[in-house]
Amino acid sequence: MSNGSNVILEARNISKYFGTITALDNVQLTARQGECLGVVGDNGAGKSTLMKVLSGLYKPSLGSLFFNGKEKTLESPRDSQKLGLEMVYQDLALAGNLPIGENIFLGREPIKNYGFVKLLDYKKIKELSEAHLDKLKIHVKSSEQKVEELSGGQRQAIAIARATAFNSKIVIMDEPTAALAIKEVSKVLDLINNLKKIGVSVIIISHRMDDIFAVCDRVMALFQGTNFAESKLTETSRDEVIGWIMGKK
Amino acid sequence: MDLNKKKESIFLKTIPYLDKYGILILLFLMVLALHIMQPDVFLSWRNITNIFKQISWQSMLALGVFMVIVTAGIDLSVGSIMMLSLMILAVVAKAGMPWYVVILVPLVVGFLCGMFNGLGITILRMPHPFIMTLGTLYIFRGAGNLISGGVPISGFTEEVRYVGHGRIDLTWIGLDESQYLPVSLVLIALIYFIFWIFLNHTRMGKWIYAIGGNPNAARAAGINVNKILVIVYSLCGFLSGIGALILAGRADSGYPNAGLQSELDAIAACIIGGASFFGGRGTVLGVFAGVMIMGILRNGLNLMDVSAFWQQVLIGSIIVIAVYIDVLRKDFGTRK
Repeated sequence: MSNGSNVILEARNISKYFGTITALDNVQLTARQGECLGVVGDNGAGKSTLMKVLSGLYKPSLGSLFFNGKEKTLESPRDSQKLGLEMVYQDLALAGNLPIGENIFLGREPIKNYGFVKLLDYKKIKELSEAHLDKLKIHVKSSEQKVEELSGGQRQAIAIARATAFNSKIVIMDEPTAALAIKEVSKVLDLINNLKKIGVSVIIISHRMDDIFAVCDRVMALFQGTNFAESKLTETSRDEVIGWIMGKK
Repeated sequence: MDLNKKKESIFLKTIPYLDKYGILILLFLMVLALHIMQPDVFLSWRNITNIFKQISWQSMLALGVFMVIVTAGIDLSVGSIMMLSLMILAVVAKAGMPWYVVILVPLVVGFLCGMFNGLGITILRMPHPFIMTLGTLYIFRGAGNLISGGVPISGFTEEVRYVGHGRIDLTWIGLDESQYLPVSLVLIALIYFIFWIFLNHTRMGKWIYAIGGNPNAARAAGINVNKILVIVYSLCGFLSGIGALILAGRADSGYPNAGLQSELDAIAACIIGGASFFGGRGTVLGVFAGVMIMGILRNGLNLMDVSAFWQQVLIGSIIVIAVYIDVLRKDFGTRK
């Protein structure tokens, strides 16, 4: 792993204020192609805020983002999607009243032109989403099943399918295994390893050391909104990382 | 993640169909019952066209409110928007403007009123659309009375009245002269078809449902939720404006009490038609059925000479029962 050309995303000197509260203070983050970065920290350390800055949901108060070395300003998550960054949110960000396929394509629905009128291409939504679910070995009765009919683990699978459906280069996952049954965890971790193999950069926020040590190549710790520590996974230990979370070096 | 473990019972399988078409069964049963009780009158050409004329403007308000309810919002001001649009139409007509201007006026006024609601909800960040539209319920009706001086303004030209009052002659296919088609019926069918396409087969329609299902999901998908909400409230106002145009034709008058409490009828029609107050649920067909059920109930009870007070009791009961069915459906239909 070199520090050179394969840096795909870099956040420099990010600060974020909510009124008088400082959520992030001069934070740095680097993500590389085909690498999994684990972001750890206690509740309120600023992990989720940082991820929302990276995805364009929040605008940073200070600092800048570089995608493939070029500085970009994100106005909305759509901008980061265009740059190949996808986010799997902790609250899963799925619309329960819509079917699986329509959730995967939400905001990017394929359309057919009928003269001046552009109508949804339901056939394409079904075909493409089922092909993608097959590729990820996610088995559902039908892509036309509503998301609210699925279990928590199944919803997580759909959320990850949604994030990876558009050849994304960077996938951010917020506590990807928190809501899962134990046997579903290994499937998600397998999925993450597969994403790394095809060159996707994965950023994981997790409290679970098992997950971090199963898939990550590098781990960084946030403490009270600042960079606290960072290391290659091979050069650290569980106890040390747990110490970082609690603010001890 | 194998999802094929549980075989669902026949009961669970029928739920989606009951969800979609149950309301039509109810409508059919009502028509059948009224036909049996009033065999000579109820299904006559004259009475059926009457029903459609009676529900014509209400159906526009209900469709507008339905779209708003799909986003998990509410619009209490549709009756007042219709009244204000009607009053401005009347004033403009009395000023001697050409008929094509008079016809456009209520549509533009309605659209702008709806946009005012939408902008208030999004820019002023009102805690709930209930508050903004409760405010404009008073504001728009007050403005309508200020413009007209609080008195009716009557007498429009035939062109202006065409949408609400016009007849499509069917003698050329061999029907009797009394068996005409009201223009308002054709308009209802056309508008409902267009909005069915809009809500079910366009991206924006899908996003409207997504916002009602989970606004955070819509936002995360890059959808500009506030922009869509402003469009939805504007379209709701626009439909209220069409309602005003229809009412202008039917009543031949702009009057201060136009559309009074009709927002509640519109909400009732949506709820009876299966729209959920929590948003994201309901169909255009359901709203149409809801409007029809209320119209047929009133018509049928009038034919049987049942007092208006009993009509209120019955319509209220149907609302409660329809929502209770919705509650049961939620219990059985989803796993949490």
